[in-house]
Amino acid sequence: MIYLKLIWSYLKIGLFGFGGGYAMLALIEREIVGPGWITEQMFTDIVAISQMTPGPIGINSATYIGYVAPGEASAMFTNPLFGILGSLVCTLVVVLPSFFLTTYTSHFITKHRESALVKGVFTGLRPVVVGLIASAALLLMNSANFGSVSYDIIVSIIICIAAFSVVFFTKIHPILVIVFAGVAGLFIF
Amino acid sequence: MMNNIFFQLFITFFKIGAFTFGGGWAMISIIEKEIVDKHHWLAKDEFLDQLAVAQSLPGILAVNISVAVGDRLRGMKGSICAALGTILPSFMIILTIAIFLTPDLIKNNEILSKIFKGIRPAVVALIIAPVITSAKAAKIGWKTAVIPIVVALLIWSKLPVVSNPILYIVLGGIGGYLWYRRQLERTRELQGKEVEK
Repeated sequence: MIYLKLIWSYLKIGLFGFGGGYAMLALIEREIVGPGWITEQMFTDIVAISQMTPGPIGINSATYIGYVAPGEASAMFTNPLFGILGSLVCTLVVVLPSFFLTTYTSHFITKHRESALVKGVFTGLRPVVVGLIASAALLLMNSANFGSVSYDIIVSIIICIAAFSVVFFTKIHPILVIVFAGVAGLFIF
Repeated sequence: MMNNIFFQLFITFFKIGAFTFGGGWAMISIIEKEIVDKHHWLAKDEFLDQLAVAQSLPGILAVNISVAVGDRLRGMKGSICAALGTILPSFMIILTIAIFLTPDLIKNNEILSKIFKGIRPAVVALIIAPVITSAKAAKIGWKTAVIPIVVALLIWSKLPVVSNPILYIVLGGIGGYLWYRRQLERTRELQGKEVEK
């Protein structure tokens, strides 16, 4: 049953999603793209759409994936109502752990913020989060996103390097970078 | 109705959810302005305490902070109102997009498929950039760089078991705790020796 599987996956994503949206992508990739509920390209497109719309990437991706996944999993669920149900389920489940953890553990964390347990755990998580974000970037550098013929690959690499330079060295907003890349794609491909 | 604190919480976070692009970090400064400066719901240091907790917990940062603020002000009901406000705008916008911009449409429409072919490598670039900024923020040096590199490569490998990100989150937490405890013991030993002298 696709909905139960989605709930289980998003529960894990919500419970282990340390380090913000980008680090969460590594988990989403494994839980959602891994079983084949959405394609690699769809996953990247969702990230792009999330960047261009307001709101946290974790919510945006849960809503989009929840809508698409039931229809992709079975022809039985192609009616949009099943998609809307999926969106609701995934979005609620992904925030559920943070709801309970924030309400029930915030007192504990505030009180023990200087303790070896809390300090040590978060010091140890920091380099792991960097690795998680790096793995998301590595996982997305594939033929689904960079093409499979040499012309596409070369153009894609140029777009990637150009976009990286703009984001990293200037203050131009990432949304503009995506818009430019889309316009470039329209003329080059 | 308009002066009701629950409604105020909902509307405040709804506005934040509807108008901030760029995820959690971009939202924080705006949340702070609304909560601390405009509504005076929390004092600045109280807000920073809540932020520290929200950051250290798993999940979506913006949701965590809205739950924390709502809970602080009006308990469970307050946190539900604040969290719904944060979630609802994204949910409605993305649902609308999902209904109209289907994967099949992107694939079969020539113009859209070209646009997305250009966008995809740029999205990868947008994820490479935070690798470097987060490494700097975590003060990763040449010695500690081995942790994120090994983690990234093993997850990327897609091998069974070792490619599971959850494994490294658990190991990182346990490892960090053990390392920190050892550091504390060492400093205590050193202090003990100094006292003996």
